[in-house]
Amino acid sequence: MSAVRVLVGTKKGAFVLTGDAKRDRWDVSGPHFGGWEIYHLKGSPADPNRLYASQCSSWFGQMIQRSNDGGKTWEPVGNKFEYDGVTGTHQWYDGTPHPWEFKRVWHLETSLTDPDTVYAGVEDAALFRSTDAGRSWHELAGLRGHGSGSSWQPGAGGMCLHTILLHPSNPQRMFVAISAAGAFRSDDAGATWQPINRGLHSLYIPNPTAEVGHCVHRIAMHRARPNVLYMQKHWDVMRSDDGGDSWREISGNLPSDFGFPIEVHAHDPDTIYVVPIKSDSEHYPPDGKLRVYRSKTGGNDWEALTNGLPQSDCYVNVLRDAMCVDSLDPCGIYFGTSGGQVYASADSGDHWAPIVRDLPGVLSVEVQTVP
Amino acid sequence: MIRVVLPSHLRILARVNGEVQLDIQGLVTQTTLLDALEISHPMLRGMIRDQVTGQRRPLVRFFACERDLSHESADAPLPESVENGVEPFLIVGAIAGG
Repeated sequence: MSAVRVLVGTKKGAFVLTGDAKRDRWDVSGPHFGGWEIYHLKGSPADPNRLYASQCSSWFGQMIQRSNDGGKTWEPVGNKFEYDGVTGTHQWYDGTPHPWEFKRVWHLETSLTDPDTVYAGVEDAALFRSTDAGRSWHELAGLRGHGSGSSWQPGAGGMCLHTILLHPSNPQRMFVAISAAGAFRSDDAGATWQPINRGLHSLYIPNPTAEVGHCVHRIAMHRARPNVLYMQKHWDVMRSDDGGDSWREISGNLPSDFGFPIEVHAHDPDTIYVVPIKSDSEHYPPDGKLRVYRSKTGGNDWEALTNGLPQSDCYVNVLRDAMCVDSLDPCGIYFGTSGGQVYASADSGDHWAPIVRDLPGVLSVEVQTVP
Repeated sequence: MIRVVLPSHLRILARVNGEVQLDIQGLVTQTTLLDALEISHPMLRGMIRDQVTGQRRPLVRFFACERDLSHESADAPLPESVENGVEPFLIVGAIAGG
């Protein structure tokens, strides 16, 4: 019988939550790497027991950990992230030039076919790849060096490359998103890149429709329809039907179109999920009600999902990497909060229950469906 | 035998309990001590000093014999009581917040 393994990165360690196919009984393992910030964990689709974790500390730096047994044991494998060539400058918050400095790995994305190949999105924004299971890392410098890098600037959380999407059938095509630069696409396996931000409108940059400078919080796709992309921008929920060439707003009737994560249902590419947050200065849900919003029409028409979620006095946040879906039927949805709760729904969002309530602040949530 | 006390985060990473003991032949300096430490515990490379420049990370400090050695030359001899193992060499995460 299938089971699910939920990989939770927190401000003070990693946790592995293992549930049965009904997703109502859970075993909690952790903290792994107690005291360390675990920005993200990711399992390999080609070998579900191969996991990678980004372990970091403002004091001591970055380490990549690897597990070959589904998270029971781990080994540190590599931590040398050296930018390729002359690093140059990006914009600082006040618009002045600021040198690129490596700070941490925000996001790990494993190859769809090779467990030893993994991508890392880092702060200050750049894309790295390892083809030896995390031991050595090399920058795909065509992204940072494609021409607009000097005009990128940090978002409130830093200048991070936080989203990496691999096309399910075309290994040449991949997408990344950077706060605050925007979304980018490669059609040659990461060698060269182009900005794909036409249609985005951002009031906090001098030219609201500039080619780069947009604070994209997350992009998502469904494997069955990879030309359709969904985006949660700083403000605005957006959709592209042409692989990112153009975007249109689909915020519709959301109570706020600010937020961080966006996800697509595992079996229906028109069903998407967001978690509205009140504003960029008030990082908590509107009206103190924690509501996931679901659209079954690919955007614009949204319904609040509240059953089992706190509907009063709730002031947590849900970060961009902290929501995910499993591939069981019915589809399971998971998200983690800044208050340390990890909620799960085993019925596509109709009902929710906490798996755990009192972890350290959750930075990321990933789920694997395992045999 | 040189005695090294790691901060909690690095003891967890390196999976060590208590002090690390190092046998160093020749001059004992910050550089030779950290070289030996990184050989015995390779996962600590980059955690105490930059892997490329060799510079101490900004939020790491070195104490010994009730002195702050963080800003001493990395190639200066460490105190004799560190060299002979009477006093430990302390690697400390600077107290810069929670």
